[in-house]
Amino acid sequence: MPTILLLGAGSDMAIAIARKFAAEKYNIQLAARAADTLIPQQQDLQVRYGVTVTTHAFDATNFTSHAAFYSGLPATPDITICVFGYLGDQEKAQQQWDETVNIINTNYTGAVSILNVVANSYADRKQGIIVGISSVAGERGRQSNYIYGSAKAGFTAYLSGLRNRLFRSGVHVMSVQPGFVNTRMTQHLTLPPLLTAQPETVALAIFKGIEKKKNVLYIKWHWRYIMLIIKLIPESIFKKLSL
Amino acid sequence: MQKRLANWGNYPAITSDENAFTQEEQLREYVVANTHMIARGNGRCYGDASLGEHSISMLKYDKMLAFDVEKGIMDVQAGVTLDQILDIIVPKGWFLPVTPGTKYITVGGAVASDVHGKNHHVDGAFSGHIIDMDILTGSGETICCSASQHPDLFWATCGGMGLTGVITRVKFGLKQISTAYIRQTQLKAKNLEEVIRLFEEYKHYTYSMAWIDCLQKGDSFGRSILIVGEHATPEELSAAQQKAPLTLPAKRKLTLPFNLPSFVLNTFTVKAFNWLYYGKNYKREMHKVIPYEPFFYPLDAILHWNRGYGKAGFVQYQFVVSLEQKDGLIAILKRISDKGWGSFLAVLKVFGKQESLISFPMEGYTLALDFPIRKGLFEFLDELDEIVLQYGGRLYLSKDARMKREIFWNSYPNAGRFADIVKQYNTNARFESLQSERLSLTK
Repeated sequence: MPTILLLGAGSDMAIAIARKFAAEKYNIQLAARAADTLIPQQQDLQVRYGVTVTTHAFDATNFTSHAAFYSGLPATPDITICVFGYLGDQEKAQQQWDETVNIINTNYTGAVSILNVVANSYADRKQGIIVGISSVAGERGRQSNYIYGSAKAGFTAYLSGLRNRLFRSGVHVMSVQPGFVNTRMTQHLTLPPLLTAQPETVALAIFKGIEKKKNVLYIKWHWRYIMLIIKLIPESIFKKLSL
Repeated sequence: MQKRLANWGNYPAITSDENAFTQEEQLREYVVANTHMIARGNGRCYGDASLGEHSISMLKYDKMLAFDVEKGIMDVQAGVTLDQILDIIVPKGWFLPVTPGTKYITVGGAVASDVHGKNHHVDGAFSGHIIDMDILTGSGETICCSASQHPDLFWATCGGMGLTGVITRVKFGLKQISTAYIRQTQLKAKNLEEVIRLFEEYKHYTYSMAWIDCLQKGDSFGRSILIVGEHATPEELSAAQQKAPLTLPAKRKLTLPFNLPSFVLNTFTVKAFNWLYYGKNYKREMHKVIPYEPFFYPLDAILHWNRGYGKAGFVQYQFVVSLEQKDGLIAILKRISDKGWGSFLAVLKVFGKQESLISFPMEGYTLALDFPIRKGLFEFLDELDEIVLQYGGRLYLSKDARMKREIFWNSYPNAGRFADIVKQYNTNARFESLQSERLSLTK
């Protein structure tokens, strides 16, 4: 049975992804900062799907620990999905450097750090699939969340470059650009229902996207066009908008 | 997030601040920092029991922690729904010990309502099958309770409509089965007398309930179809079914995508019943072996059937009176029939004995039917309440959206004791629903 590694396994999106892959008979490696909080999820996947599930402590912002974390896994995962992210508080981040650093380190530096390790391993083996969950927020900076957006923009560019590099090694890299997803991360926001995906929809799209070897995956088709329009607005006008 | 919420009856509908969680610590933080909140599962209770200013959505707290396939014991977080459990346990030869008429409810909801099923006269209510459970109380403390451990908390939580705290984990025993099929018998009864006699005659059957035609008068008053069943044995299945006795054939779900004018559903049920009564079911007695789903969950086949009652919504009225008060059952059914405001069909069931603090079931007759919301309905239901009370009966809190406070306090003999225990665990009256306010249970 193939194995999948989920980095940031405790989020609503990761829970849905784990269930989808477990239903498809993948063994699951769950990784999050506090491994003990993953135990109910581990039990759930075992009871529901009868697959092997392991839990691992992983701190995205503890960069130096990443190599040891990866080599300590019980099996090399066939697929690695980088799910973790931190929305943070834009206004707080404008005032407090700690918050800014936390947003950047979680969404960009931490992701790059662990995926460098995974990428080198997959390149050596000449196989593997890497999936990075970025965000449409990274496609153009807006005043309401540009610290988060810029970190995700960096991550999107990283994934694109990584895809280019690993193509010749037979390693596939898929970038996922979700719009609004109904999760705990967004539950304090009022989201437009038509544009908001459920975590299960994201999980299914990722599973199918991997099967079809998609390069860039938008979750709800509207988003590709919404972002296209947003990107086409001239900067002279864009800067005056309150987005 | 502010959200428009209504339960299954679409009445009442309120704006509530909804919060979900996946970790117990997140829930604890939220509970100790707020008041006016109530846990909510899948919104399948009919009235306002799980509606409050702040709503704790349990649906993401849905991990199955352990399934002992040898002993038939399930241990789950309270947000898991019964349909998810059935998917796991039926193929392994187990079934829910008790199930209501829908499988789309959470385990927490099953406990908070202390649900009953067609087997109440044999197996009791859901509470009788709980091994232990965790409640996160108003102080933020999680307490594990059972019939022997913190029994006051345990009994005030079973049927307690979420007022003692948030039910977070439930461990309960399952029922062994050898097939996913039910051997069903349908019996026609000319009138109420006959169906009551048939209930008695067929009481050794594990499952029983009857559909009553509420419109008949005179000699046919209470004309019904009694449906009884047993889990089928492999020998009772067809050759094709025997190949995979624990697996049901896959089937499509229908859904009602929008609200219908309220007469549609009634017309539909009238036709369906008459078809059963006069058409296919021409014999007095009909036997067949059917999958468990249509037997237990006939209405689940149509998702959102509640929309059939239109936008104004409906209330479901369910009462119970003791076996000695058959006159009460007749009197109430007559009032309903004369008024002609209720659904054409009502469900009749005979409950067995049950010891409990605040659960709805007691030995006797229980009748349930729908009333589309209309002008004057609540006044009429108030009159019915008085008759129920007069005959020593009571109403099911999971269906209730409008009962007057005095009716509750006078009809539930342990109401005072229940309220005292709630006070003890519901620190600062943190947990409060529209229903608990209306019934003065938390004020």
